Amino acid sequence: MTAGTDVAGAAPRADAHAAPPGGGELRMRIWRGDANGGDFVEYRLPALEGEVVLDVVHRIQATQAGDLAVRWNCKAGKCGSCSAEINGRPRLMCMTRMSTLPPGEPVTISPMRAFPVMRDLVTDVSYNYEVAKLIPAFVPRPKPPGGYRMAQVDIERGQEFHKCIECFLCQNTCHVIRDHEENKEHFAGPRFFVRLAELEMHPLDTLDRRLYTSERMGIGYCNITKCCTEVCPEDIHITDNAIIPLKERVVDARFDPVAWLGRKILRRPAPTSAAQVAPYTGAARRALRQQGDQAPA
Amino acid sequence: MADVETHQYDVVIIGAGGAGLRAAVESLSLGARTALVCKSLLGKAHTVMAEGGVAAALGNVWPQDNWQVHFRDTMRGGKMLNNWRMAQLHAEQAPDRVLELEEWGALFDRTPDGRILQRDFGGHRYARLAHVGDRTGLEMIRTLQHRAVDLGIDVYMECKIVRLLNDGDGAVNGALGFWRDSGRFVAFGAKSVVLATGGVGKTWKFTSNSWESTGDGHALALWAGADLIDMECVQFHPTGMVWPPSARGLLVTEGVRGDGGVLRNREGERFMFNYITPYFAAETADTPEEADKWYDDKEGSRRPPELLPRDEVARAINTEVKAERGSPHGGVFLDIATRRSAEEIKRRLPSMYHQFKQLADVDITAEPMEVGPTLHYIMGGVRVEADTEATTVGGLYAAGEVAGGMHGANRLGGNSLSDLLVFGRLAGRAAAESALGGAKASQLDDALVADISGHALEFFGNDGGENPYTLHQELQDTMQSLVGIIRTEAELREAKERLGELSERAKKVFVEGNRSFNPGWHLALDLESMLGCAWCTTLAAIERKESRGGHTREDYPKPDPELEKVNMVCRLRDGAYTVTPEQKPVMPSELRKLFEEDQS
Repeated sequence: MTAGTDVAGAAPRADAHAAPPGGGELRMRIWRGDANGGDFVEYRLPALEGEVVLDVVHRIQATQAGDLAVRWNCKAGKCGSCSAEINGRPRLMCMTRMSTLPPGEPVTISPMRAFPVMRDLVTDVSYNYEVAKLIPAFVPRPKPPGGYRMAQVDIERGQEFHKCIECFLCQNTCHVIRDHEENKEHFAGPRFFVRLAELEMHPLDTLDRRLYTSERMGIGYCNITKCCTEVCPEDIHITDNAIIPLKERVVDARFDPVAWLGRKILRRPAPTSAAQVAPYTGAARRALRQQGDQAPA
Repeated sequence: MADVETHQYDVVIIGAGGAGLRAAVESLSLGARTALVCKSLLGKAHTVMAEGGVAAALGNVWPQDNWQVHFRDTMRGGKMLNNWRMAQLHAEQAPDRVLELEEWGALFDRTPDGRILQRDFGGHRYARLAHVGDRTGLEMIRTLQHRAVDLGIDVYMECKIVRLLNDGDGAVNGALGFWRDSGRFVAFGAKSVVLATGGVGKTWKFTSNSWESTGDGHALALWAGADLIDMECVQFHPTGMVWPPSARGLLVTEGVRGDGGVLRNREGERFMFNYITPYFAAETADTPEEADKWYDDKEGSRRPPELLPRDEVARAINTEVKAERGSPHGGVFLDIATRRSAEEIKRRLPSMYHQFKQLADVDITAEPMEVGPTLHYIMGGVRVEADTEATTVGGLYAAGEVAGGMHGANRLGGNSLSDLLVFGRLAGRAAAESALGGAKASQLDDALVADISGHALEFFGNDGGENPYTLHQELQDTMQSLVGIIRTEAELREAKERLGELSERAKKVFVEGNRSFNPGWHLALDLESMLGCAWCTTLAAIERKESRGGHTREDYPKPDPELEKVNMVCRLRDGAYTVTPEQKPVMPSELRKLFEEDQS
């Protein structure tokens, strides 16, 4: 047996999971309330080994506050449901170990600030689902006989964007909408720039969404402060790999004289405007369907 | 309906994981008015947690692969208890369903010549799983979600269905639920209802399943009078995390073993060589040298025993731990660090790297993981007609994990994601065709709606009653300790006793607070579903006096050839559960030949 003995000897280190000091008691200050207001309520409970913040919230639910509202699903950092602000920082509760927080101090948990509170830690994130309907759909080039071929190297950037778990922490932290509800009308937010970038860089996609990205999705509002990148639990380089390239492509679509000349000579179609792209959005298809028509193919 | 919000559709689909979304896409593209109702936000369903890949005989890596080989692997993996027709449809149609995802924007990992790459998994003769690193489920759910949104789907998110509604003659004509946000009731009228609610994992203590997996669809079907089959067949995935305690049960993908990882006990022994059963001996390597060669030479060597089907590996780990040859925290070691380069591990298994680093502070490129069995999947479920997924109740369909039959007594890894696609589509198609082909919408029954909503609200009045969280823990402890990997008659009967008590206590659950986003209330209602499923599993496990696949009886350690021919059928009649062995469909001779030619 190769490497048998060292394998058996390599038990995981226990110290990283030790209960935080401070008498072994946790003080959790959790925001409780609804759309009409609320306040922090403090809960005290014993510290246990190896817990994440969501475990502690669940223990409070089970023993002290049965109706404490919290959204969660997988508890493994894969679904992006349990987003909140822990000690003021936007994070996933299921991936934040208690041992990484300052020992002995109270831990505050509040709902994401950019979205209206429903109850306690649960917010109304429907804005995001509305924006999703406005994204012009994937339109692949015709399938050749024998199927599509794509090189691994050509899809890796797209795969980075597909890691998005839609936790909406980037939306929550983006200052364009965090304290400016009015901007939600004309600004899609970092999550959807990632989605637009993924379509823009997809080797099979044929639709030009560049002017739409600027005219309807409002990418110009972003002044690349990188707050979104910092809070992304999936380490997607939102600003560098999605937003900045998108901004460059938007500029190209509008002002590039070489591209303009190329279009003149080669008779390539001009970049599509927002109005032209609109029929490809879920919202448009939905409206058509409600009129009793078939969705466009 | 007097004061209940009501919506009328052709097709209402309950559950928005892979099966529900695929059914919705199909139903919409056939032109049916379709609603998707889900307990969580869209895109959060348990499908996002699927890791290793989707099984389909594309033949991109091994051209020898085809649907017959996949079919044979699936049936043998399921210890022949599978519904043969479902297994056939699944193997035949899975490749088209995967290629279709690509047309909708999915980005699977590629072969050097630019086609979809496929990886090795347990029980599959050839590398067969199309994948995206180790987050294939996320790719699948997001692709289907975008597709459904593009088609203009109506989604009712965070809406829990409490009961199905019927037309008075037993046929389903809708469903009653409530908005989790406000607690207000909402009724759906439908010509067809598709159940796509997933599994039952939260009934056990250590599970890889997410919050939603409370057996809602199984229970809704049971209450509506439908048959459930093979509920005793649950799968313990061999490799869940065992430490730290809060992460216990979290899935460690089979892809770790597919990519070369091996299992060792505390002595460092690759113990799986000691657990090769006669059933799989002919196709399993018996030396480490042969096993290691297999990854590159499928024809000249046999499969490593670490890649035996999941039931075999889970039992082996269980035995090692019981014999005190386990790891410090009660599991065994899963070692990929000494087998593959750090760079390759991070590229092929990024989520696993991340998960262990963040939750256990273990670097899997340098140290072994500690793993042990975790409840992962239920093979049993609602009895359906293979080609249409129609249940035994009119107007009701079921697809995905909630449906039974496809996987027999044990599911092969990767066959779940393909199941969702193949049968989600067939269910959506049959439901839409029935609705568009002249089925009439019937009036919803006001009195029934009032009854159900009244019942759901009773918990608020049970002052001084049971805490739902405590009751849930007791149910989980009962199932974990008495209806686990290895079962005995005495323990199953004890479980039955305890379920009797728990069911009585569940009626007295008290919910504090009000109806607005109240998790205590949601749990009280989920408990009803979980208890229904726990009853079926326990009673069917008593009835199946043999060991087969995921159902292992210490007192009946061998398979009984007679019991291979029957499904255990669970029904609820006048408040009493019944379990009846009934003949399952017989495989036609031309398919049976696939098994005769290599009894090797």
